[in-house]
Amino acid sequence: MMKPNLAAPLLLGFALYATGSAFAEDTNQTPPWDQADAIYGEDAMADARRDVLAEGGDQKSFYILFNQLEAQMSDEGDSLYWNGQAWYGGDINKLWFKSEGRASLNGEGVDDAEIQALYSRAVAPFWNVQAGVRYDIEPDSLAHGVVALNGLAPYWFEVDASAFLSEKGDVTARIEAEYELLLTQRLILQPRIEANLSAQDIPERETGAGLSTLDAGLRLRYEIRREFAPYVGVEWQSAFGETRDMIKAAGGEGDDIVFLVGLRTWY
Amino acid sequence: MLNRRHMLQTVLGTGAAWGASSLLPAWAKSSSNGNLGVPSLSGTRFDLEIGQFPVRLNGKVGMATGINGTLPGPLLRLREGDDVTMNVTNRLAEDTSIHWHGLLVPFHMDGVPGVSFPGIKPGETFKYQFKVPQNGTYWYHSHSGLQEQLGHYGPIVIDPAGTDPVAYDREYVLVLSDWSFTHPHRIFDKLKKNAESLNFNRPTLSNPTGLGGMWGQMRMSPRDLADVTGETYTYLINGHSTADNFNMVFQPGERVRLRIINASAMTLFNVRLPGLPMTVVQADGLNVQPVETDEFQMGVAETYDVIIAPTEARAYAFVAESIDRSGQAVATLGPRAGMRADAPALRAVPMLTMRDMGMAHGDMAGMSGMEGMDHSPDTSMDTDMSDHAMKGHDMGTMSMQPDPNGAAVQPVKIEADIERGPGVAKVSGMTMSRLGEPGLGLDDVPHRTLTYNQLRALDMNEDHRPPGREIVIHLTSNMERYMWSFDGVKFSEVTESIKFYEGERVRLTLVNDTMMPHPIHLHGMFFDLVNGGGHHMPRKHTVTVKPADRVSVDITAEHVGDWAFHCHLLYHMHAGMMQVVSVIPPADDTTPAEKMPAGQMNMPMDHHGMNHGEGKS
Repeated sequence: MMKPNLAAPLLLGFALYATGSAFAEDTNQTPPWDQADAIYGEDAMADARRDVLAEGGDQKSFYILFNQLEAQMSDEGDSLYWNGQAWYGGDINKLWFKSEGRASLNGEGVDDAEIQALYSRAVAPFWNVQAGVRYDIEPDSLAHGVVALNGLAPYWFEVDASAFLSEKGDVTARIEAEYELLLTQRLILQPRIEANLSAQDIPERETGAGLSTLDAGLRLRYEIRREFAPYVGVEWQSAFGETRDMIKAAGGEGDDIVFLVGLRTWY
Repeated sequence: MLNRRHMLQTVLGTGAAWGASSLLPAWAKSSSNGNLGVPSLSGTRFDLEIGQFPVRLNGKVGMATGINGTLPGPLLRLREGDDVTMNVTNRLAEDTSIHWHGLLVPFHMDGVPGVSFPGIKPGETFKYQFKVPQNGTYWYHSHSGLQEQLGHYGPIVIDPAGTDPVAYDREYVLVLSDWSFTHPHRIFDKLKKNAESLNFNRPTLSNPTGLGGMWGQMRMSPRDLADVTGETYTYLINGHSTADNFNMVFQPGERVRLRIINASAMTLFNVRLPGLPMTVVQADGLNVQPVETDEFQMGVAETYDVIIAPTEARAYAFVAESIDRSGQAVATLGPRAGMRADAPALRAVPMLTMRDMGMAHGDMAGMSGMEGMDHSPDTSMDTDMSDHAMKGHDMGTMSMQPDPNGAAVQPVKIEADIERGPGVAKVSGMTMSRLGEPGLGLDDVPHRTLTYNQLRALDMNEDHRPPGREIVIHLTSNMERYMWSFDGVKFSEVTESIKFYEGERVRLTLVNDTMMPHPIHLHGMFFDLVNGGGHHMPRKHTVTVKPADRVSVDITAEHVGDWAFHCHLLYHMHAGMMQVVSVIPPADDTTPAEKMPAGQMNMPMDHHGMNHGEGKS
């Protein structure tokens, strides 16, 4: 098994601390207005003033999205794939979680599972920068530091680009981009790509330097409610370069076309 | 007092046979229920209870928060000059409040928690006392949390102390509102997470404007006319949906006065009676010179009184259509009770144009030929061209006022530098006065539409002084994050209120950097709309500022106090589009003249508490 791993909790602690201090407020300031204090008393007005200010833009929300929660079916076997995120916070500072993974539906257990905990800060109208930790549960326990850029590119492309530095010193990156094309107000076609890149060979993960894998999919969903949308789709999953060679050497295929059925849901 | 549990049992127990109509005040019952006029709760002492109660709309029961158990609350019929007492008892589990919208009451009776009083705690009775300062059509509503969306509003009609210049045979109060069976906190939450998720008129493959071009590049949608739409809302007239068919009765030849109040949380309405012209006689409670029109758009919180004079003995539809055409409420005006006028179909959804975007100066390259680009003389190409803007659209007003001290002094101008950022997706480089245009989406209807430029006060304005200062406020947003603010600063981030000095004449210029119209309301004083009306500028408590609009209003700061200043779209206010205007006595430390010497044009005025607020001349 893995050695005791301190990096992940330390980085997560830092993310929580950064988020918390960003939320902290300066309480020692003169009131922005106070003419009613003379009539109703300072204490009563101070409480009400704090409340009305907080209600004017300082609300926190909790959001959870399963962008993909789907069964993938192919000649190589069936699996359950998930890709989701959740956040808590205000407009600028958020604590942001992401998770992605795959489990076999042929009784071979969980192949991949990771969770990221990030501090997210809005830096521009459509962009957040994010930093924190990623922890892989499968295929083996491994911690990474993460920096990411997340947001909405011109022409409505949703983009999430992350760079990872593992505790072993390996540098990898992942770029996800998707688009939502409304065929009708409720029938939505979602083209999506996910590319994984690596700066070096990582043989124990069947990963070679350069572009290692690319998934390109099309999902067609129907929003029964905006928050609840079943979908069907197809995805081309391919490995490249050294990665492809390693997979083939291990007896796998270099690419695959999967059919998928799933549910996109958020709250 | 009605027992809430008993009422709930009654509603649920007898089901459909027992509709919401028995919860309505007499005046809000349609004439088919035997109501031909507008009975009112009148006098000088009013007992109002804020509580929760069930309402039934389109066969579905929802829980309302409101006044005296009815949706909307009772009509308060007051008389100008009376000393009135309002005992407001809170039967909720949370704080509440009542704000008397448009009434110039002393600031500590204005009813805004945290600004003008502490709010009303559960179980507490708060006694509002004031002299009724004016006459006309107004309304009242909660200023606590999101209670307004739940039904906490009602109309006010104040009869004049003298004779009413408006002659009429019959009158109806029409309270327009938007009801949701989804709790308002959930609506706000959804907007924060997926701002466009409540819009079901988004660009599609077959109607792709907005996906590409400037819209796609800016990540803005020309179909973004309303944040919350008919998908979520049931639109109401006096608490009745179209299915309920609120009835009004007239005799042919009568002059009927309709007192129309937009008490919605989020919905601007297009108001019309197909086949029947309306003569607007009052706006926001103050009389205007009669102007005939066929349709007008009313911002949230605005009121309009119109006279209609049907001569045919037939049923007419009164239509309140939401600005994004996703729904409407229809009532019937007919010679007999119980008639149902044909409701017109919803019209095609309008689209925003490049004009609404107010394209930035630097982005103009390649924009020639874009629709709606109107280089009118009063276009302000950027914020430094205030001289031009002043002369362009206001010298008419100002030159009519001979100044005994010589030429009019250019007012000191205070304007923050607005920068793009997480909360500000766009700064309109090119804004222009749009007071001469009808409401959004009404420029191509085949009949007359009302514009702000057509409004003239019936009475001559009392204060003819030119403003000594001009304060420019930008209306700012990032729709994608559902952030709304003034000058890029959310209310929660405000550290200092905007200061007016008692007795001063000040100009407020509102520049809309967002893609939505905002009904902006300032408590405790009226806006004299700078629309070329000379000494008959219309005076309003709420002014709707269109996208890329640049609206100036002159204000006489008479009443010392702290006054709320906000967008009257409830979720915009809740997201931060609010500030406080403090009217302070000039004798406080220095006189306004000393504070604002005429020669000192570049003095920094940190009016919104952020350090980037640098004064400009």
